[in-house]
Amino acid sequence: MKGISKGFPGVVALNDVDLSADVGEVVALVGENGAGKSTLMKILGGVHQPDGGEIRVDGVARRIQNVEDAMQLGIAFIHQELNVVDNLDVAGNIFLGREPRTKPFQLIDRKKIHADAEPYLQRLGLDIPSDTKLEDLSVAYQQMVEIAKALSLNARLIIMDEPTSSLTIAETNRLLALIQELSGQGVSIIYISHRLGEIDEIASRAVVLRDGENAGELLKEDISHDRLVNMMVGRSISQFYVEPKGSSKAGYFQARDVRSSRYPHCSVSFDASQGEILGFAGLVGAGRSEMIKALVGLDKTAGAKIQMNEEQVEIRTPRDAISHGIYLVPEDRRSEGLVTEMSIRENITLPDMRSYAKAGIVQTTLEKTKADEQVQALKVKTPHSETLVRNLSGGNQQKVALGKWLAMQPKVLILDEPTRGIDVGSKSEIYQIMRDLAERGGVILMISSDMEEVLHVCDRVAVMHEGRITGVLDQANCTETNIMQLAVGQSVEEAKPASSE
Amino acid sequence: MKKELGIFLLLVALCAVTAILNPRFLSPTNLTNMANIIGLFGIFSIGLGLVIITGGIDLSVGSMFALAGVLLSIALREWGLPWPVAALFVILVPMGLGALHGTLVTRMRIQPFIVTLCGLLLYRGLARFIADDNTKGFGNAEGFETLRAIASGKFLGLPMPFVILIVIAVVMWLVLHRSVYGRYLFAVGRNEEATRFCGINTKLVVASSYVLAGLLTGIAGILLAFYTNSISPSTHGNFYELYAIAAAVLGGCSLRGGEGSIIGIIIGTALLQILQNLVNLLGIPSSLNFAVMGAVVLLGVLADSYLGNRSKRTS
Ligand SMILES: Nc1ncnc2c1ncn2[C@@H]1O[C@H](COP(=O)(O)OP(=O)(O)OP(=O)(O)O)[C@@H](O)[C@H]1O
Ligand SMILES: [Mg+2]
Repeated sequence: MKGISKGFPGVVALNDVDLSADVGEVVALVGENGAGKSTLMKILGGVHQPDGGEIRVDGVARRIQNVEDAMQLGIAFIHQELNVVDNLDVAGNIFLGREPRTKPFQLIDRKKIHADAEPYLQRLGLDIPSDTKLEDLSVAYQQMVEIAKALSLNARLIIMDEPTSSLTIAETNRLLALIQELSGQGVSIIYISHRLGEIDEIASRAVVLRDGENAGELLKEDISHDRLVNMMVGRSISQFYVEPKGSSKAGYFQARDVRSSRYPHCSVSFDASQGEILGFAGLVGAGRSEMIKALVGLDKTAGAKIQMNEEQVEIRTPRDAISHGIYLVPEDRRSEGLVTEMSIRENITLPDMRSYAKAGIVQTTLEKTKADEQVQALKVKTPHSETLVRNLSGGNQQKVALGKWLAMQPKVLILDEPTRGIDVGSKSEIYQIMRDLAERGGVILMISSDMEEVLHVCDRVAVMHEGRITGVLDQANCTETNIMQLAVGQSVEEAKPASSE
Repeated sequence: MKKELGIFLLLVALCAVTAILNPRFLSPTNLTNMANIIGLFGIFSIGLGLVIITGGIDLSVGSMFALAGVLLSIALREWGLPWPVAALFVILVPMGLGALHGTLVTRMRIQPFIVTLCGLLLYRGLARFIADDNTKGFGNAEGFETLRAIASGKFLGLPMPFVILIVIAVVMWLVLHRSVYGRYLFAVGRNEEATRFCGINTKLVVASSYVLAGLLTGIAGILLAFYTNSISPSTHGNFYELYAIAAAVLGGCSLRGGEGSIIGIIIGTALLQILQNLVNLLGIPSSLNFAVMGAVVLLGVLADSYLGNRSKRTS
């Protein structure tokens, strides 16, 4: 790709950007949120048309006008926001549009489609039956299905836009190994990620974008965390993690017998103090998100007993939770966290409309002030707060999902994978915000599958396995080995029980 | 806003063409009659528009008109209820049915199309049964002249239904485009799940839109009964829900929910009614009436999606 430019109303997303990938090369594409990475890849994948520049495949200039063109050229795109058909099964998704047919009536050959899907699943080491409905799978597995689909298309270039942001360590390692295997087979890979460690591990070259322009390039031997960050943000980030501090008011928040409909026979209890960041680690499917949803009244069949400040609080609906200052930033921002067809302003004020209204009539100027405030505080990259959330880059969407709750003075803030898809600079800003909130007496519960994050940000870490908390590690005993061991259900000597009872 | 401008221009063009081809279009009688009908249809189209904005649909409106008309005639003439009580009764019945629809849709998770399709059949049947399949009317009975005046009289030279539409439109504009509740309606239509995560009782919001639609249907039902002055239960209000859906869609509502405006719905209503008027005035065989309407709705929606896509790409 040479000299690619692309503008959207009010933004120049790309300005004269170059990018190349050789056969079998793993090229990492990095940059801050909104730097234009996804846009560049969408142009290569035929989703957007460039305003200028040219694309050459095997030395031949090509116009890629739509996704089919890209596929024909052997380019497969695994999007940042997943693109699966929920109510089809795994095999159906892999072969969507290319289903094997039976002879006389052109019906879908059910036997063959499942048999054909099997080798791809095996290649990825996926142990799910190929007739599982996609809606019954976690985000991580859905992603794997998309990769299987790319494999089945015999792609020669696979674009992966933040593929690991929702995977656990084990799954990530499997994916990274797979990428290396694919590259050995001559498949080129363009790999977008905010996890710089991964890039160090697999990339043969890293291309850095900043504000829609090439900011530099590093070869394998030169790639290092600091140099990447420096190129991305134009300065070095001296203190990335904020040091955990001792907690103030022990047992401020107590959850007892939290049961989710997913694990109805397991109950979870834990305590959290004011000023504390309590992490929840575990493998995908450990029931962390489900437990949290039960806690805030989003799971009708579930139950929980909650005490705050030694008072029993009754939480039956999300409204109840919110009125007690307990807010959840959910895992899936597109379907649960945001109304993407609404503006930033409307999203930020939605949970708290009444405070922006006089006699039931919305005061848009009040809303605007608040929204602008959050946009500035969180450094959301956008021309103004009237932008539709749909048009924001992934990381900036996440900031809006967080911002709407920060605007409401949380007492207990629950974050489910809060930094998924967020760039290094913003990550450290979000950690700072979490810490500040804690120091002002907030309780923070953070579910995270990012081991680095869990190790460095949390005061204590509760590890879950199959719906139960297998142990809680305090700062001193919080090591990767301990967490992994608890996560697979083994016991660890240093681990403590989750609650005082 | 751009969306409404497009069909507004279409409306103006249509009026101009009709007026040139047949000056009778501008005659006071014709204009008054148009205003009357636009008023009537506009009121319940707004109700249906609200339901559509939440991502639902209401097919039972026409049958509710039959039921409301029959009940009104019976309440006034056979039961001899005082007119305010009768009117209230006839408004409360569709509201109650709306609440029922809303509950079935949100609590029982039955699709709105199915719930209200059953309503369409049920209420039509009920109306015919109650009326014994006889045409009901108001005849020369006395005691409700005030109601008749409110429903079919004039105010400042304008037909009452039109005046009532203006009032309702202003109120509903405030509700939909300026109030907290209106914001919730749009949010639910766009992403119910995320709205629920914001602590909003989305079931209540959805259900309430059916109740509001019922309220507007009830009001329109009274006006319609006095407009026709006789209610034959098997045909009264037939297909009216489709006029409303067409008007809403022409006016920019998306059946996927989350989109639409009061002004758009009213312009859409006016467009459809003037189109019918045009068919009459230009001597096009009235058997082609529906065909013309269908074609125009299709063209309007096509033009909209074409222009919409283009502006998305270029802007
Ligand atoms: N459809 C669109 N309409 C308007 N603006 C857009 C659109 N898509 C992207 N943008 C803007 O273009 C810029 C680049 O966005 P892009 O999604 O490419 O960023 P990114 O580098 O992938 O960021 P992230 O790491 O957060 O995913 C952003 O400022 C974004 O707001
Ligand atoms: Mg992106």
